[in-house]
Amino acid sequence: MIKLIGVLIIVIGFILKLDTIAVVLVAGITTGLVSGLDITEILSTLGNAFINTRYMSLFLVTLPVIGILERYGLKERAANIIKNIKSASAGRVIILYTLIRELAAALSLRLGGHVQFIRPLVLPMAQGAAELNYEDLGEEEIEIIKGYSAAAENYGNFFGQNVFIAAGGVLLIVGTLEELGIKVIPLDVAKASIPVAIIALIYAVIQNYLLDRRLNNRLKRR
Amino acid sequence: MKNILLEGLYIMAGLVSLVTAYMAFTDKKHPTRLGTSLFWGLLSVIFIVGKYIPAVIVGIILLFMGLLTAFKQVKFGSQVNSDEKFREEKSKLIGNKIFIPALSIAVVAFGIAQFTELEGLVGLGFGAITATIIALGMTKANPKYVGYDGSRLLQQVGSASILPQLLAALGALFNAAGVGQIISEGISGVISEGNVLAGVVAYCLGMAIFTMIMGNAFAAFTVITAGIGIPFVYSQGANPAIAGSLALTAGYCGTLMTPMAANFNIVPAAILETKNKNRVIISQIPFAIILLLTHIALMYILAF
Repeated sequence: MIKLIGVLIIVIGFILKLDTIAVVLVAGITTGLVSGLDITEILSTLGNAFINTRYMSLFLVTLPVIGILERYGLKERAANIIKNIKSASAGRVIILYTLIRELAAALSLRLGGHVQFIRPLVLPMAQGAAELNYEDLGEEEIEIIKGYSAAAENYGNFFGQNVFIAAGGVLLIVGTLEELGIKVIPLDVAKASIPVAIIALIYAVIQNYLLDRRLNNRLKRR
Repeated sequence: MKNILLEGLYIMAGLVSLVTAYMAFTDKKHPTRLGTSLFWGLLSVIFIVGKYIPAVIVGIILLFMGLLTAFKQVKFGSQVNSDEKFREEKSKLIGNKIFIPALSIAVVAFGIAQFTELEGLVGLGFGAITATIIALGMTKANPKYVGYDGSRLLQQVGSASILPQLLAALGALFNAAGVGQIISEGISGVISEGNVLAGVVAYCLGMAIFTMIMGNAFAAFTVITAGIGIPFVYSQGANPAIAGSLALTAGYCGTLMTPMAANFNIVPAAILETKNKNRVIISQIPFAIILLLTHIALMYILAF
């Protein structure tokens, strides 16, 4: 049981919001020590695994071009597409964002974010659409729209990203399984991530369709 | 051939890190100039020559990098994006074509992986080079921005960018220490080995629950895959790419339901000024539960 101390350290570290990298290192070293590994063994296991998983950080080579595209208005362009949506309703705005966010994640574009997109763009548009459509939009409904808008960012981000061949998650799966003696290639993991990406999008569409219906039932249309 | 190209790519990634170290070092307004440039400099050393130095030394370098982040010495400097007016203008001028270079990274990577002997990672490298060339041609940007903007983004992502690698290393340590074994002994008291459905349920639920506790699906994956995945799912003949991919996203279903994943759930609630600080989690719970059940069904059907 004492070997689980590393898990405990990670949980405590996250609760206390300590520096993640330091917490992970302390958890690993402590686990090694209580399990009877000596410090050289621990350090070389860490070092070896880190060298063998260098491919996980190959996204570094894509950063320069993405930086240049950002400099020339990539995010502004994406925002523009969302702004041009016709026949808006709160649910439809959120659905369109989920779709764009998921596609961007699948292409490894870091387009999106609660600070960059949800607060300045998606929420005001969704709320604005609801205000246009209904006479008596109350605080309770706005609260619900806020929750759904924030959720869209998470849905698109989480379930789209593994479709990209060099996503952190894909390479973590490859690396962890390799460590445990099972060989897989990133392309197969990326392909295997497609069904969930599609299903998550369908569920998001249903949830936001139900949001529109709920607003319709509760509120008077203008 | 593949390995030579891959090693070349590691050197390229190391160079991005080295340029970042240089940019931080020459950044007079950087709040933690020395610590930050040391962090990226050390990372570039691991990337460029890590293969040729003893693993123990790499371990020590990692500890040192951990000290730098623990003492908050790795921060973002004063590099800036272009101003808003410039971006608006250019985005109108270039239009939706701006997505072409971005798209080409994924298309080239996928194409090379699918149609050549080389794998997707080498493809990613070629994709990145192709995209950079197209982007420079399309925007007519000064090539100096290749280094400038690359390091700007890397500093923005910050030290967290090495986290997946570090968590994989943690998994290796847990593995050597026998942590997985302890968990699998605990689980085998509950379910019998040989029952595929029970194994799949335990793996998916284990991922979701452990992610909710630890607040991080990556960390959960290394622990739960060794403890539950290997003895109860993979050893029964599951397709590892499919089972692995579903296990990780089952963990993400847990992320949607836990305040421990503060960055995704609690911080956004604050950003949107909701009255209930758990508003985002409340919205996500029905979605997460149904998607988690879907994961169990998919893993049972598709992986076997």
